[in-house]
Amino acid sequence: MQYTENGMPKKNPLSAQIDLSKFSTDDFAPATDEEKAQQEVMGESVTFFKDGCRRLSKNKLAMASLIVLVLLLISILVLPAFIPYSYSGINTVGGKRDKTATNMAPFTYSKMEQQYMEQTGEKLFPHVMGTDSLGRDYFVRVIYGTRVSLAVGLVASIMVLIIGLLYGSISAWCGGIVDIIMMRIVDIIYSLPDMLMIILLSVVLNERLGAIIDGVPALKLIGSNMIALFLVFGLLYWVGMARLVRGQILGIKQNEYVLAARTIGTPGGRILRKHILPNCLSVIIITTALQIPSAIFTESYLSFLGLGVKAPMPSLGSLANEAREGLTSYPYKLVFPALVICIIVLAFNLLGDGLRDAFDPKLKR
Amino acid sequence: MTRYVIKRVFLAFVTVFALSLITFFAMNAIPGGPFNKEKASSKEVQAMLEKRYNLDKPLGEQYVLYMKGIFHGDWGISTKTGRDIWTTLSSSFKVSAKLGLIAAGVAIVCGLVLGSIAALNRNKLPDRLIIFFTTLATSMPSFVLASLLLLVFCVKLKWVPAWSAENDNIILPIIALAAYPMAYITRLTKTSMLDSLSQDYVRTARAKGVPKVKIIFKHALRNALIPVITYVGPMIAYIITGSMVVENIFTIGGLGSKFVTGITNRDYPMIMATTLFLGALMVTANLITDLVYKAVDPRIELE
Repeated sequence: MQYTENGMPKKNPLSAQIDLSKFSTDDFAPATDEEKAQQEVMGESVTFFKDGCRRLSKNKLAMASLIVLVLLLISILVLPAFIPYSYSGINTVGGKRDKTATNMAPFTYSKMEQQYMEQTGEKLFPHVMGTDSLGRDYFVRVIYGTRVSLAVGLVASIMVLIIGLLYGSISAWCGGIVDIIMMRIVDIIYSLPDMLMIILLSVVLNERLGAIIDGVPALKLIGSNMIALFLVFGLLYWVGMARLVRGQILGIKQNEYVLAARTIGTPGGRILRKHILPNCLSVIIITTALQIPSAIFTESYLSFLGLGVKAPMPSLGSLANEAREGLTSYPYKLVFPALVICIIVLAFNLLGDGLRDAFDPKLKR
Repeated sequence: MTRYVIKRVFLAFVTVFALSLITFFAMNAIPGGPFNKEKASSKEVQAMLEKRYNLDKPLGEQYVLYMKGIFHGDWGISTKTGRDIWTTLSSSFKVSAKLGLIAAGVAIVCGLVLGSIAALNRNKLPDRLIIFFTTLATSMPSFVLASLLLLVFCVKLKWVPAWSAENDNIILPIIALAAYPMAYITRLTKTSMLDSLSQDYVRTARAKGVPKVKIIFKHALRNALIPVITYVGPMIAYIITGSMVVENIFTIGGLGSKFVTGITNRDYPMIMATTLFLGALMVTANLITDLVYKAVDPRIELE
């Protein structure tokens, strides 16, 4: 073969080949990484979770509610450490009980406190939301009430998640007569009047479990009332989740990849864990997020009726209930807890909607 | 269809039966009976009272006796007041039912109208306003709304007198009860209305030159109603639970408050009667909702 002076093969005049003599060896140098990157058409590969997070972060309302919730969480955890009052203790000045400190307006001091401040020159911590009818700092009580309400909401939805997930997946996976019996039980519990059952069972559990719970120090700290509430919510609300999980699994079970996994002899548990559960994860996350505000709602109803958390532990519902007595003179005492409930529920609802839009594009309208 | 109806009716009966069982044994598990008071009456009196209410018999027998009574139309006598339960129940149910029915009617009508307005003005000012207020309403417990209404209109502005026996102004309780279901129905109507407005048959009707009003009412709204029907069952449940609190705030002696005081008084016949009554009501409402749902939309497959 003949070569031209630039090192390329010379073209036969009759050949249909490309005339390589027009090129030089420099033209065939391997592309640099930078040049390769220009050819990249595909975007960076993202997992389902990352994609959802990206969509969620673009949703302004959902992000704002997330920020509000995080701020609220931090403040209810941190603030009590800085406030020199307790949720159950009556206000004291210089070690003496302050009888003048009842029903004070926000940011005011009682007579005893004013005297004390004049005498010692020391500045006392202000009562940001005033005090209640017994002379307890209302701000701290609202903070503890928020803690209780949030704890009930979170624990209840985690319990619902665990029970519902297990029950629903067992029912869907077994199928046949097991499925029919399990689902009839769910149908019956589902159509029970839940509020009546919650009221009745929380009273029963509270009274019955009281003795057992008070014997265990760790549980006593939480209080038998709270534990009774957790249990009742867990016992009654899982049915919705179980139905949902079962429906999802039955749908996914029909897919070819499950059939393929079965054909190559994958054990049932592994198919459930690796193929089916990840696919219904988004629906489960969304439902759990929307379960939290509904549990907070129910707890506040119960406390409002005087059947929820035991005094002196406050909850937002019981604070609102106590505020009714002096509604004409001290309306702010209703407004503060009511406002906190509304903010929490609103934030969770908006976040849940945002999660649904981000993680379940099929549901989006 | 017949098989489905029979199955559902059977399930409804089983549910009410399960409810009676759970309630009966749960309320007996609460420590303390109806006659264990701080001021103890003499042993003989207590024994007499317990005998009168069959409380001296074993639990199982008590249950059977009670259920027999119910089937014969005998709801028992309150252990607290000594009055016939049925008279108390029916008089307080009248109050609750009046309140609940008006609230449900208001919620459905306003919800449908607002939802349709929001759907027809999608992403315009009316839509945004409606969605803003419904979002607020769904995150406000009924007791908060009720207390605020009481505070503003009764106490501060004095527009509405407080509820009393002579003056049964039920505007405020109805607003408090109807707000949440109304907001929910509005959102439901909006999404389903948007869905049906984008259907082919609406486009066809528009292409034919059917007047807009007729398209909205005859084609879009009628199809958009179907998901709203499914909400009626849960709405009745909500109104019953909500009324418990709202009745408490406005001091209206309805059914819900009877249940709560029944529990605190350990008034066994009262607890049983209110639970069975409300439970049967809810189960029936859910049953009718499901049957109507399937009857209205033939596309829905029966299980």
